[in-house]
Amino acid sequence: MKALRGLLAKEFRHILRDRRTLAVVVLMPVVQVILFGFAIRTDVKDIRLAIVDPSPDHVTLEIRHRLEASEAFTTVAVLRTTDPLDGLFQRGAAQEAIVFEPEFATRLDRGMPARVQIIADATEPNTGSTRQNYALSVIRTYERGLGAGAPGVHIVPALRLRFDPTAESSHLFVPGLMAFVLTIISALMTAISLTREKETGTMEALLVSPLRPAQIIVGKVLPYLAIGFVSVLLVIVEARVVFDVPLRGSLTLLLFEGTLFILVSLSLGMLISSRTSSQRVAMMGAMLGTMLPTMLLSGFIFPIESMPEILRWVSNIIPARWFVTIARSIMLKGVGLDYLWPQTLVLCGMAVVLLGLSTRSFRIRLE
Amino acid sequence: MSEGIAIEARELTRVFGKFTAVDHISLDIRAGEIFGFLGANGAGKTTAMRMFIGLLAPSSGTARVAGYDVYTESEKIKRSIGYMSQRFSLYEDLTIRENIRLYGGIYGLAKRDIQARSEQMLARLGMEQSADLQVRSIPLGWRQKLSFSVALLHRPRIIFLDEPTGGVDPITRRQFWELIYQAAAAGTTVLVTTHYMDEAEYCDRISIMVAGKIGAMGTPAELKRRFDAGTMDEVFVRLARPATGAGAGTA
Amino acid sequence: MRAILALAWAEVLHVVRDKATLAQVIIVPVVQLLVLSNAATFTIRQTPAYVVDLDHTPTSRGLLTRLTASGHFRITGASGSTDLGNDALLRDNASLVVVIPTDFEKSLVRDGTAEVLLSVNAEKGSSAGIIQSYASDILADYSRELGARLRPGISTVVAPDRAGPLTGVARIEGRARSWYNPTLNYKHYMVPGILVALVTLISTLLSAQNIAREKEIGTLEQLNVTPITKGQFITAKLLPFWVLAMIDLAIGLLIAWSVFGVPMRGSLLLLFAVAGIYLVVTLGIGLLISGRVETQQQAMFVTFFVMMIYLLMSGLFTPVDSMPHWVQVAAEFNPVKHFVSISRAILIKGAGLAEVIRPVGILVAFAVGTFWLAVQQYTKRTA
Repeated sequence: MKALRGLLAKEFRHILRDRRTLAVVVLMPVVQVILFGFAIRTDVKDIRLAIVDPSPDHVTLEIRHRLEASEAFTTVAVLRTTDPLDGLFQRGAAQEAIVFEPEFATRLDRGMPARVQIIADATEPNTGSTRQNYALSVIRTYERGLGAGAPGVHIVPALRLRFDPTAESSHLFVPGLMAFVLTIISALMTAISLTREKETGTMEALLVSPLRPAQIIVGKVLPYLAIGFVSVLLVIVEARVVFDVPLRGSLTLLLFEGTLFILVSLSLGMLISSRTSSQRVAMMGAMLGTMLPTMLLSGFIFPIESMPEILRWVSNIIPARWFVTIARSIMLKGVGLDYLWPQTLVLCGMAVVLLGLSTRSFRIRLE
Repeated sequence: MSEGIAIEARELTRVFGKFTAVDHISLDIRAGEIFGFLGANGAGKTTAMRMFIGLLAPSSGTARVAGYDVYTESEKIKRSIGYMSQRFSLYEDLTIRENIRLYGGIYGLAKRDIQARSEQMLARLGMEQSADLQVRSIPLGWRQKLSFSVALLHRPRIIFLDEPTGGVDPITRRQFWELIYQAAAAGTTVLVTTHYMDEAEYCDRISIMVAGKIGAMGTPAELKRRFDAGTMDEVFVRLARPATGAGAGTA
Repeated sequence: MRAILALAWAEVLHVVRDKATLAQVIIVPVVQLLVLSNAATFTIRQTPAYVVDLDHTPTSRGLLTRLTASGHFRITGASGSTDLGNDALLRDNASLVVVIPTDFEKSLVRDGTAEVLLSVNAEKGSSAGIIQSYASDILADYSRELGARLRPGISTVVAPDRAGPLTGVARIEGRARSWYNPTLNYKHYMVPGILVALVTLISTLLSAQNIAREKEIGTLEQLNVTPITKGQFITAKLLPFWVLAMIDLAIGLLIAWSVFGVPMRGSLLLLFAVAGIYLVVTLGIGLLISGRVETQQQAMFVTFFVMMIYLLMSGLFTPVDSMPHWVQVAAEFNPVKHFVSISRAILIKGAGLAEVIRPVGILVAFAVGTFWLAVQQYTKRTA
């Protein structure tokens, strides 16, 4: 026990002395959350609208007025024909176009259908659909106003957005972003401890010391876990202060889960490093093995439900995937351990397995 | 610049922060000389050489190499000199021939010339059969000689060798010095740094650097006389320990 | 000129003989392109829905059938308890809860109107609105069908829908059109972007590691003693990687077209020309990085982090239009952002040079700037 304490003290001292690295490790997640929290958004706003109105009349003008008055749209062009549309879309000058049929009001008065096309740039499919919906709802509202007491049957949908009525996309992405940046610094910390150890050659010394492999691992992981905890705290504070992400659940639970997640990530890093003697391979492995899959398969940006089945299965082995769910649930839904125990159990299990495998690797190296 | 002086330095100095690596050295190296730059590790030999070849700017003092000023004309210097670094600096994954062709091209030699000189070189070194082997698979001694020859490919007037004989057996070292003699005989000035004191005997003149300064300079015979020593090793020992009162020399 | 060719040729030999790097440069991007393109999507598949039916009438059950029949929804549970519905949302067993009130059928017959509650989990983000509109459309269709049955004799009027002629009273007929991607295929959006990302990463990594490696093995010093100029040196270093990256791009486009069916509406020649300019920028950035690091590992690290920032802020995964205004301004200084938008414009929208001239101009400015900076930064002599 005393030997372990000595090891811990030494590791802490090393870390605290290396001011520059410490600053990077603590500040980097903070900076990243700010950068990406502002960049990763899917809100649809300020839609650049082109209007094609070959024969303006009181109806088309009224509809145009309503579109312009709506916060969602900004009119960028009013045209007579659809010819310029392609060019406008290709340049990105316009994102949506409303095309009125000629003699619009006249047709309505005569009881004929009056057609209006809602053209959206659907290069990004969801954005395209959302833009169409916004325009459609403006037109529908106008249409409902036209016919008071319309006959027939109407099932009216009452729409509610649960858990986060503001529906700011940053509220959705930032909790997931936390998982991502924590993964990165865990990989970074593993790499740093590896470098230092190789440079000072202390690994060999440790292995022949009276310390048992399990103790060595604890000694190496614990200090970085402490730093990781500080990062978790800072990142949560940032999410609240900068992005106004709600925290409807328990802060304590979130801190605990965050620390657990870092433990898993560090253990993964340890395992990778214990298996390779080449430092370069270890670092590449840590990078590619954690960052890229986390970015794409953890559900932090791309919903897991959207992925094909194989990838949905694969995502289950990525630790970040579980923490993304946990973080979102605690922050947005306010649920507690009674709902989250399965996910927490998975993380615990991963930690145990990874640490166990690392210990075994070290033992093998001894022999 | 005086006739027949290949390298000239006056009060040449280089500091790194508080540490003075080269401390006001002055020397004249004659054209065609084999000049040995001796000294312990860290005495400043390599730093001084790097200033001559344009890798490092001096902090103060003056120097001229091949008639050009090291401050303002370092690129011109590079056209007239050859360099063999401590690590031999050949590309290990290229073949012997490819390395020659590369450096020939960089120095702007015509294809015909590269071809001709390459054949000559390979013949002289006895490497024709292995010309298409990658450098990583040829022995250390060969790499040494090859490096030296490649440095001479463009027929420079002066050649700088930084610790060229590290890590090889004495026989190979002797063979290497044969090559140096041949180059000097053809008129090339050779500046060679080394920490092997016995190699000093092979040089026309030497200087011994101690803590950034030139502790002593002259022919091996002169120095042995001055320090009443039988070998250069003894000269060095007496020089490096002025407390023993062995006439710590003047430049 | 001779110097440039000699050094560039040596670089080519290095790459060809380094099996590991070769694999990294050709195989890894191909594999990643195939895998990532399947992962990076916001496609809305069947939404799990929970139904709370408080009415238990044929009409309410009809609505359930309609929901399932649409193919957009998968009923994962049904009961008479809103609490259970809430619970399903909390546990992520459903993303949509449909609550049909008691007296649903009665209200429709008597008043012609009734309300149905559609609760969507806001965690669905951009999909939430779309899920709600799918459900609303189903309600509207059902209304129309019910009108004839429950209140015959009264002419049916419908809210504007997406297709199909109207019956009875003439109304405004709104038709939604999705240009450039009518099948709403996410791969068409993502694959060009991922391809850009991969080519960017590869080119920057290669050039960043290159000079760092030469520093490490000592050949850089040897080159610095030769009369080769900075400009010649930088050009010789960039040239082979530029060619390699262009080859990568070509292979990637081939895969995009043959495997993913990404349209190639615009001029490929234009795309390659712009790519050529863009690669000078990324290679230049790699060189700038390598000038500041000592080892290949540091080169790799720094490149990864810098590139990650560039990629995530480039509109590659999430649209630039969704970013706050000041971030969009910052994105103008991101060359990746410009190349991503140019390639999407050319491939998916069929844009020509005239339509992309502005971002191309920006890229040219970047290319000149980075190249100049890389040359400036490189010193053959330490001061």
